[in-house]
Amino acid sequence: MSSFSVTEPSAPQKWFAGTLVVLYAVITILPLLWIIGTGFKSPSDAIAYPPKTFFEPTLEGYVNLFTTRTRVSEEQLKEMGEPKTWYERLVRKDGLIIAGPSRFPERFYNSVIIGFGSTVLCIVLGTAAAYAFSRFKVPLKDDLLFFILSTRMMPPIAVAIPIFLMFRSLGLNDTHAGMILLYTAVNLSLSVWLLKGFIDEIPIEYEEAALIDGYTRFQAFYKVVLPQAATGIASTAIFCLIFAWNEYAFAVLLTSGTAQTAPPFIPTIIGVGGQDWPAVAAGATLFLVPVMVFTILLRKHLLRGITFGAVRK
Amino acid sequence: MAQIRIENVRKEFGAFTAVQSSSFTVEDGEFFMLLGPSGCGKTTTLRMMAGLELPTSGQIYIGGEEVGMKRARERDIAFVFQMFALYPHMNVRKNISYPLVSQGMKKADVAARVAEVARILRIEGILDKPVGGLSGGDRQRVALGRAIVRNPKAFFMDEPLGALDAEFREHMAGELRALHDRMGATTVYVTHDQLEAMQMGDKIVVMNHGVIEQFGRPQQIYDWPATKFVAKFIGSPSMNFLEFEGMIGVGGDSIDLAGKKVAVPASHEGRAGTLTLGVRPEHVRFVDDSSYRGRVIAVEYLGTTQIVTIDTPNGEIKARTPSTQAARTDELVGLDFNERTLTLFNAETGRALVSEANEGVLRRG
Repeated sequence: MSSFSVTEPSAPQKWFAGTLVVLYAVITILPLLWIIGTGFKSPSDAIAYPPKTFFEPTLEGYVNLFTTRTRVSEEQLKEMGEPKTWYERLVRKDGLIIAGPSRFPERFYNSVIIGFGSTVLCIVLGTAAAYAFSRFKVPLKDDLLFFILSTRMMPPIAVAIPIFLMFRSLGLNDTHAGMILLYTAVNLSLSVWLLKGFIDEIPIEYEEAALIDGYTRFQAFYKVVLPQAATGIASTAIFCLIFAWNEYAFAVLLTSGTAQTAPPFIPTIIGVGGQDWPAVAAGATLFLVPVMVFTILLRKHLLRGITFGAVRK
Repeated sequence: MAQIRIENVRKEFGAFTAVQSSSFTVEDGEFFMLLGPSGCGKTTTLRMMAGLELPTSGQIYIGGEEVGMKRARERDIAFVFQMFALYPHMNVRKNISYPLVSQGMKKADVAARVAEVARILRIEGILDKPVGGLSGGDRQRVALGRAIVRNPKAFFMDEPLGALDAEFREHMAGELRALHDRMGATTVYVTHDQLEAMQMGDKIVVMNHGVIEQFGRPQQIYDWPATKFVAKFIGSPSMNFLEFEGMIGVGGDSIDLAGKKVAVPASHEGRAGTLTLGVRPEHVRFVDDSSYRGRVIAVEYLGTTQIVTIDTPNGEIKARTPSTQAARTDELVGLDFNERTLTLFNAETGRALVSEANEGVLRRG
């Protein structure tokens, strides 16, 4: 505990602090709300000046996000008869018809596979390495740990070209495995260091007690250490996922077709049929959901995890 | 239950020798103390017995079986840790039943065993509580419960009372000893607290710098320390050391201390040079007509007794005398020592000279 005197803050202090927090929250969340809002605007509302705060919501952006459309002549349009579905009706207003589904679901799915795949791999490898570094006598332990950390000392993008060339000759370009491998490599140092910190804090006596109580080293690890490290694993997983999920530069460089993730795909929507900001905003909104859900699910652990080491039991 | 025998066990951590070739035997059903200051190798010795460390060399026998290189789980022993090491993600019942679950025991049998242990330790009421909120004493009982539930061959305890409040420690020490007497289980107990060791142990091993200094019953060790280290470590206030130049021959039964002839138990070893006379504070007597005199420099009143610090020709000593005996600061007093209880040490090596009084004790160690 700190040695600061604990006194009730005065009313103006509380008011001031409260205002600051609210102000900060508003500033942070406003662009997000604007994007979510734009997703429900019509294209003309989206680029209206002055910007429209109130507008008639439409799902056009979402329809455009999930479909590709082509322009047809009015005669052709008449020949086709009445639109059968609500989304076809939305598209017809602009003299378009739906040509087929867009690639967005595919890209989104790629993001999920690559993001969660690399996160899982990072956690599995990171936990194993961190446990070994924490519990066993590893030759050159400090040097190895420093080496692992040093991989983070330059921005990963600095080695983009060597990686591109390596990936090309290994046939890893534009593959899920390649992207999972890359994001795992970038995140692993963070994962090892964070997890080592958490595992160091777990008294070794728990495992020793389990060893004496008749369990093998591996049983002791997953029955006693893992539950104790859950907090650390959860917060590390969130950090890893957020990085892999949001990564843009490598994704642009190394993926184009099969393994392209959502971040490089979303900006390309804009080129299809004019400046379709609502569709871009809709894509960005949906893109936020998995990380948000993941973080909310693990937030109890995250709050404890981020402050790890700050409070000793 | 089983006898435990340690033979020439040695442990090195890199260049550092934690335990130097040590041997001793813990008899079946004994409450056995490993005593020494921190860093003396007592915990390492215990951990080697438990299988948490492997000895660099030497043999460890539990119940006649050589287990030195076996894993902890193959030794059928229980360990109580200083910090208790209760599994924090399990409640009390799960903690206690955990060692049984690993053996694949049937659920009904586990429940019965846990209930029985809970009754012995009087913790039936907290079985379903999480271990996080328990008091120190209850945690201690749960840790004991986890140890006894399996009926292991031996209990190993590493300063199990160290984490408790001073006043509660004494109570728990009594409870532990009573539990041991009821179960008759071989117990090896590590402590740095000499009082705890004296109070609870059937036998004590005193260690220092990885070396066994002495091995014996508490009273033997207290009365006839084998080394100056043991003499200093055990007893409070500790044994007085009067250093002097002199000699004693084989069979000699007196020494010359600053001109006074002091009777000692007949020596079996001769030595000339620097000697140390060891005398417990309670064996210093005030005798008015003694030629060996000292000046009182402090008096500590302790109720029925008092500790008198006296400046003598051979250094400062402390005497424990009845409070009724007057002693004033700056007073000159004549001193005498109870000859039956004196030990002579070789001042250079710190080892006790063998005499007729201590030979039986020293030979055992």
